[in-house]
Order: sequence, then structure tokens, then C-alpha cells
Amino acid sequence: MKKAFLLTLSLALSNAYAVEKNLILEEKFPKKLSDFSFFIDDKAQVPSQGVVPYELISSLFSDYSYKQRWVYIPEGKSATFRKDKVFDFPTGSALIKTFYYPIDERDLTLGKKLMETRLLLKKADGWQAVSYAWNETQDEAFIKKAGKTILNEWIDFEGEVRSVRYRVPNKNQCKECHAYNDEIMPIGPKARNLNKIFNYSDESINQLTKWMKLELINPVVVELNTPVDWEEASHGLDERVRSYLDINCGHCHSSTGGANSTGLYLNLTEVRPTHLGINKKPVATGRGSGGFKYSIAPGNSDESILLHRMISTDPGVMMPESGRSLTHHEAIGMIKDWVDQM
Amino acid sequence: MKNSILYISIIFFSFAISAKQIVLGPSDNSQEEIQEALIDLEPGDVLTLKAGEYFFEDGLSLDVNDVIFEGSGIDDTILNFENQMSGAQGLLITSDGVTIRDFAVIDAKGDAIKVIGADGIDMIRLRTEWTGGPKETNGAYGFYPVESKDVLIDGCVAIGASDAGIYVGQSQNIIVKNSVAQYNVAGIEIENSYYADVFDNLASHNTGGILVFDLPDLPQQGGHHVRVFRNKAINNDTDNFAPEGNIVGEVPRGTGIIIQANSDVEVFDNDLYGNGTVNLSIVTYGYETEDENYNPHPKSIQIHGNRFGDGGFDPDVGTGELAAILFELSGGDMPDIFWDGILPMNQMLFGQPADEKLVIKNNGDATFLTLNPIKYMLPFFDPVERDISEYDGEINPLPAVVLN
Repeated sequence: MKKAFLLTLSLALSNAYAVEKNLILEEKFPKKLSDFSFFIDDKAQVPSQGVVPYELISSLFSDYSYKQRWVYIPEGKSATFRKDKVFDFPTGSALIKTFYYPIDERDLTLGKKLMETRLLLKKADGWQAVSYAWNETQDEAFIKKAGKTILNEWIDFEGEVRSVRYRVPNKNQCKECHAYNDEIMPIGPKARNLNKIFNYSDESINQLTKWMKLELINPVVVELNTPVDWEEASHGLDERVRSYLDINCGHCHSSTGGANSTGLYLNLTEVRPTHLGINKKPVATGRGSGGFKYSIAPGNSDESILLHRMISTDPGVMMPESGRSLTHHEAIGMIKDWVDQM
Repeated sequence: MKNSILYISIIFFSFAISAKQIVLGPSDNSQEEIQEALIDLEPGDVLTLKAGEYFFEDGLSLDVNDVIFEGSGIDDTILNFENQMSGAQGLLITSDGVTIRDFAVIDAKGDAIKVIGADGIDMIRLRTEWTGGPKETNGAYGFYPVESKDVLIDGCVAIGASDAGIYVGQSQNIIVKNSVAQYNVAGIEIENSYYADVFDNLASHNTGGILVFDLPDLPQQGGHHVRVFRNKAINNDTDNFAPEGNIVGEVPRGTGIIIQANSDVEVFDNDLYGNGTVNLSIVTYGYETEDENYNPHPKSIQIHGNRFGDGGFDPDVGTGELAAILFELSGGDMPDIFWDGILPMNQMLFGQPADEKLVIKNNGDATFLTLNPIKYMLPFFDPVERDISEYDGEINPLPAVVLN
């Protein structure tokens, strides 16, 4: 009897906290994130029924912010595998990503400050991107079509107070990174980026296996060009760097991305040395060149434009163009080694 | 007939109900107000900025088709980016059929106005300027349409770009006219582009006036069909201030027009004078490349009916190689027109096809210098040739560009 009651209660709860799936399809975006009901508890970021957390093997650097990701696929539908591309998600799907800073990186139990939750929504005519910025009281996030600047501080692993001028991107800036042949497209959820163990509440299991079990994706047996976790030093330097460049630069710097006019292609599958930047002269780089002659000068990281632009925080010089105001020192060290060892 | 009237009235009606004009003035919140207005525009709409100065901390961007974004005058509506903290350009446009007109973009941290992948873009009576004069820290480009089709730049002013004031890259069907480019490294540059008309412009006090270039390892290359006419490429006398590494960093101070590695370029009815290194040069792309699809040599170039004045009086031998080589070859007697004479090896040995030959005709008393590469490789021969009449030939006018 007790059991039956519990069951009824949990059913009631899951119905009450079902995702507002029609809202995903509507042309207009609601003003508040909570309208979608992606979360049972918005503040604590507890997902609703059918909203499944995931992680990427390597992820984009966004000013040292932390990210939590979830996928939602309407019941009875599933995504289809495409080699070296993001899954082909069915209409009505949502990708949800919350950016936050811990109060103190040394002790995550001290809590976090939510910055924004970005959504990619698969509507009938394709993906749409939008971002919701969290309010000061952290109980609601509001749509910010024109973007927003948030000044934040946190304590890092060394106990130092760090500050950031965090930019919530505007709708057009979303597209700067998410353009694929001029259409908006997710970047992260390619099979190869998900091919790792994740600690779900009920089990620890490879994410692709889990997605198949949940019927989020159709079962596939494939050979993947799996990137590595660039932070994991046991992997080869070349693999780590190429994985980092792929997820940080390759969505724009590819023959299908926004920076295709540059001829510099940093996606995982590129193999031509010139297009990878090796002894490649700049094209329309302007002062981004820093006075250096090549994107990558083998053996000479100090005179490689790639590193100059990754280190810089000057908006007219730095790469990526959006989404960064701080330098990613840990990655810079690794890429310097890679160039110097060429 | 009846049908077509009905059709027209329906179009008229639908525009009447949907198109709207939004008018904004300067405020403390211009960044958000204007960016939000740009995002909320719908095709057919007009966003008008009143006269005044508008300050921005982030770049602006527009991604809606078929809209007009306008100010109230090239000197009256000023979009000021001197406090810019983020965004790689002042204004970025990524949609089709946009018209921008009657405002100025000043002191952007990167490029001033960049247009990517537009099918139709009209830039009319706009100014891009870095107000601190020529400096290496200025943004690269004033006007920067790339990978676009049907590009119009009309009545614009570009000042102080550390690369090119007006730069059209990897585009096709282009008109640049009635515009002024001053105190840039390159005044006007057409790069890796097809079908461009550049006319009635003034390019002065730049390092180089007008450049028609083609570069390797890019998605669109083999630039062709460029007409440069009725321009003044005069008094280009600003020291090269481009950051090293950029191709324009090689341009010596005092060049009027340079054609590099394009085909089918017609240069006529221009005024060229006051250019201290050389008024006009036609050169091969001088770096090694492994790009097998790339042709580094200019071909089918026609130079006719231009008016040449003084030139070569102050060669900038310290920048790049062009001025130093030319100074050495000419023994200081610098020509008005220089061709480096470099051809693909088979053409050096067996001659050039007739329709690819350089034609120079009716340029008054312009002087000329070219290099005979075979003689250059052999000892005891003077490789320098100065006889301009060798290049007299029939002019085959290129067709005018018509924008869609």
C-alpha cells in the first residue's frame, strides 16, 4: 500500500514537472526560463523527467566558467547518428547548458553562482539559439536577446580571488559559433565527444550506451575519431592539442564554419599542414598578426599568430572573437609545448 | 493584366501592414537598445538613428534580411567604439539584402564594418575612421565585405585602417564608387574577387592607393574581371604602418595602383601622380605556396588612357622588396609603370598566349620598366627593358558590372 502510494506520488510529480514540449516549438521565446519546466528545481538545477545530463570529453573554454549540460528529446522520438557531425535531433529537442562559477573552487559544497542558461531548440524549420540570464536572487533566468554583461568574482584553486567581465551572448553572437553552412547547429553533441563514462544517479556507464538504453539515439556500432580530454596528461600531446583546438576553434575554423574564408581549419579531421596553420601566412588578420608571419611557426610558439591571438584579451586581436575575456593559461602552456616541439 | 494589378496591390498591402520604422536617439543604454532593435527588425523594416554620438562597449550585429539601418548623416550620427571591451568588429552584418547608410563608425577595436556571406549589401554614405591618425593599433579594415555577392560601396569615406580602408575579399559582383580612402595602409583593395568595378574614387595619402590582389590557400581564389577607372590614385605618401605578417605590410609607401596575380584587369582613365615609389605596378605573388590550384602570375592585364604625373621620386626601399628591387634595376630612374616580367616557366621559354599578354596603350608619356627573366638569369646581359611600345595592342574592354 505504501509502495503504491509512493508510485502514484512520483507519477504525479513527474507529470507536474514534465517539460512544456509545445513551448519548444513556438516561434516566440518565453520571457522566463522556468516556463519551459526543464527543471523541477530551477535554483538547484534539478532536471525534470526526460531531461538527461551529459558531458563532453573536452569542452569550450568560457572564461573558467563551469557548465552543466542536459538533452531533452520528445518521448517516442530519437536522434540519428552522423559520422563526425552532431546527431540529427528530431524536432522538439532541446539542448540546455547552464554556465556558473563555484563560490570557491576548492570547496564546491559552498555553492555556485548561476550566470546564464543557453538553449538550442529544434523547431520545425531548424535550430534556434537563445540565452536566459540568471537574476541576482538566482531563482529565475530571463531572456536577454541583446546579451548582458555580468561582473563576477570567485575563488580559484589557489585561493586567489578572480574576477571576470562575463558576457552573455546576444542572439547573433550565438550564431557566430553555431553557424554551419549558415544554419544554426549544435557543436558539442557529436557521438565522438560523448564517448565516455558518465556518473548517472543510477549507474556509471558510457554516455552513448546510456543514450541507446534510453532510446535517445538509435543503436549504432561505429568507429569514432574520438577526441581526448585535453586535461588528461596521459594522452599524447598531439591528441590533446587537436582535441582542444577542435572543440574551441573547429566549429568556426572549418570549411563549413563562419571563419572558412580564412583558410585556417582547426577541426579534428583536418590533415593539410597549411590549412592547420603550419607556415600559413595571415590573410585578413590585421593587427591580429601581432607582427608575426605565420599562424604556426614550427618550433617557435612565441612567433605564432595562433598563440598570440589565444593569449590576447584585446577584442581586436583575441580568438575566439566572442565568449572569452580571460586567457586560458593551462591550455596556452600545452599548445606552446606542441608548437615548440614541432 | 487584371491579375498583375491584383498581385501588385497584395504586395503593397502586405508591406504596408508589416514594414515599420524604428527611430532611436543617443542614450546611456545605446548598446542594449540598438542591439535589441537590430535583432527585432523584420524584413522591410527601417532602423533610424538620430543625429548624435552613440557609445558602445560591445560590437553590434545585424542578422535580418532586407532591412535598412541608417543614420542621419555621415558626420552627424557617430557610432563610437573607443570604449569597446568585446566583439571583434564595430558592426557585423551576416544577412542578405541589407542597406546601411548615413552614419560613421569610429575607433573600432577590430574591423569597423564587416559583412560576411551577404547576398546583396549596399553601403552608402558611410564613414569608417580611426581618429588618432595612422597607427599600427588601428583596426584592420574600414569596410570589409567578404564571401558576399552584389556588393555596393557608394559615397563612403575610409580613414586610418591599418590594413585596407575599403577591402572586398572573396566576393563577386562588386561596385566601389564615389568613395574616398585616405591615411590607410591600402586605400581600396579588391582581393580574390570576381567582377568588380572600382571607379570615381579618390585614394590619396595611403601607403598604396588601389590594390587588386589574389592570394593562395583560400576557398575563393583566381581573382578576375576587375575594372579600375576614373579614379585618382594620388599622393600616397603615408609610411606603411601595417603590423608585420600581413601582405599589405610589403607595400612600399608611395604606390598608386598594384595588381598582383589577378587575371582580366582593365585600368583606364585614372589619374596617377605624387606616388613616391611607383605609380602603377603589376607583379607576381612572391612567396612559396604548395597550393596547386593557385596561379601566382597576373595575366590579361590592360592599362590604357591613364594620366600619369610625377612618381618614383622618393622610393621607400625599406619596406618589402618591390621598391628596393625597382630602385636597383632602374638605377634610380624609376618608371611610372612596372611589370616584374615573371611568367610561368613554359611561357618564359615558348611565349605567352596572345590573349594573356599585358597591353599598355595611350598613357601619354608614361615611362615603363620590365624585367626579362631569361636575361636576368644569365650573366653579362642587362635584363632591364624599357620599351613601352612593345606592349601596344588592341584593347578588349571588359563588361561593366551590373548588380542584381
